[in-house]
Amino acid sequence: MTKLTFIAHDGTPFDVEAENGSTVMENAIRNAVPGIEAECGGACACATCHVYVDEAWTTEVGEPEAMEEDMLDFAYDVQPNSRLSCQIKVRDALDGLVVRVPARQG
Amino acid sequence: MTDVIKTDALIVGAGPVGLFAVFELGLLDMKCHLIDILDRPGGQCAELYPEKPIYDIPGWPLISAQGLVDKLIEQIHPFKPDFTYNRMVSSLQKLEDGSFRVTTDENEVFEAKVVVIAAGGGSFQPKRPPIPGIEAYEGKSVFYSVRRMEEFRGHDLVIVGGGDSALDWTLNLQPVARSVTLVHRRPEFRAAPDSVNKMYAMQEMKQLEFRVGQVSGLTGADGQLASATIKGGPDGDIEVPCTRMLPFFGLTMKLGPIAEWGLNLHENLIPVDTEKFQSSVPGIFAVGDINWYPGKLKLILSGFHEVALMAQAAKRIISPGERIVFQYTTSSTSLQKKLGVVE
Repeated sequence: MTKLTFIAHDGTPFDVEAENGSTVMENAIRNAVPGIEAECGGACACATCHVYVDEAWTTEVGEPEAMEEDMLDFAYDVQPNSRLSCQIKVRDALDGLVVRVPARQG
Repeated sequence: MTDVIKTDALIVGAGPVGLFAVFELGLLDMKCHLIDILDRPGGQCAELYPEKPIYDIPGWPLISAQGLVDKLIEQIHPFKPDFTYNRMVSSLQKLEDGSFRVTTDENEVFEAKVVVIAAGGGSFQPKRPPIPGIEAYEGKSVFYSVRRMEEFRGHDLVIVGGGDSALDWTLNLQPVARSVTLVHRRPEFRAAPDSVNKMYAMQEMKQLEFRVGQVSGLTGADGQLASATIKGGPDGDIEVPCTRMLPFFGLTMKLGPIAEWGLNLHENLIPVDTEKFQSSVPGIFAVGDINWYPGKLKLILSGFHEVALMAQAAKRIISPGERIVFQYTTSSTSLQKKLGVVE
């Protein structure tokens, strides 16, 4: 199991154990992290699972692909460390990953 | 007053479940009219993920979302449903004879014996961009769609976004507006390459301006914009003249005026019973993602089941006292006649 930490917009941390191969978004939903809506259910079609990747992790997590960049156009307050959490797959190298939830999803 | 459109069942929402409701109601001889805020059928399937594969439709190991919508349209064709697109339902009133009068945001009036709410996650509405204070300008100098191009004549127009809507209106309003500034957070666009090339060509000829960045602030008074601040671009924060703004940030889903219809709600969903899928108001049904009952799963296939049972209950309201004979499409000549597969 891989440890992930979501930090809600009000600063509350949510530590969760995630299975490798699952998406960061699925773990947010499974653990009822507030502020992750995932309207489209993980199809990279709605930009409502937007997160900010902690600066220490941006290199390891990597850059969004073109389709995800397109969807990020619809997200609220996009920053250079913005990602859609449905497009980040959990793996060993992400153990300890910290992501922050934006003020709102669109 | 406009002519009243009368029908047996008024279906709010033309997504997959609303479409299949036409089939089940049609088998029981009920005529349907569908209203949708989008400009075509399919709901989320058509708007959010038309090309995505769906794997859990019985009998279809894999079907694209748009493919499913196309098949449903073909399947309900024999029942000749009527469609009204680009409309949001607004008010609902129960009439003395037990039927319902429903109006739209463009003041069409419908009268139906039953109302079937198949509105999914709610109606698609434009997303508001994260610009402080933008609400004060909405409807006066900030618009989320173009109804009349004349409204933009002679104005300093700022268009925000990188999709087809943003690019199309940049090109179409350029001859009308006094100035056009297109703002997008990156130099890559989702819009058709041809429109993007045209836009760059017009920028070369100084007919419009394209700026990379995000609108971070607005100035103006009494709802009338004066300027917009753009941040994040190569030139740092800059202020551009702006008396009209068109943000295109896609769509989000909201329950909308249905919330004011006096139905019991449960976290923006409509609680129903699992025999009739009826709301707290007899004659108003809710099916698909918008309803709630113990054990509810937001699956298309659950919605299909729900409309079959709903249709039985609707039939009892529309034809009280008539005996409903349960029949299979495989063997019933009368159903096959309705489907147009036998003479």
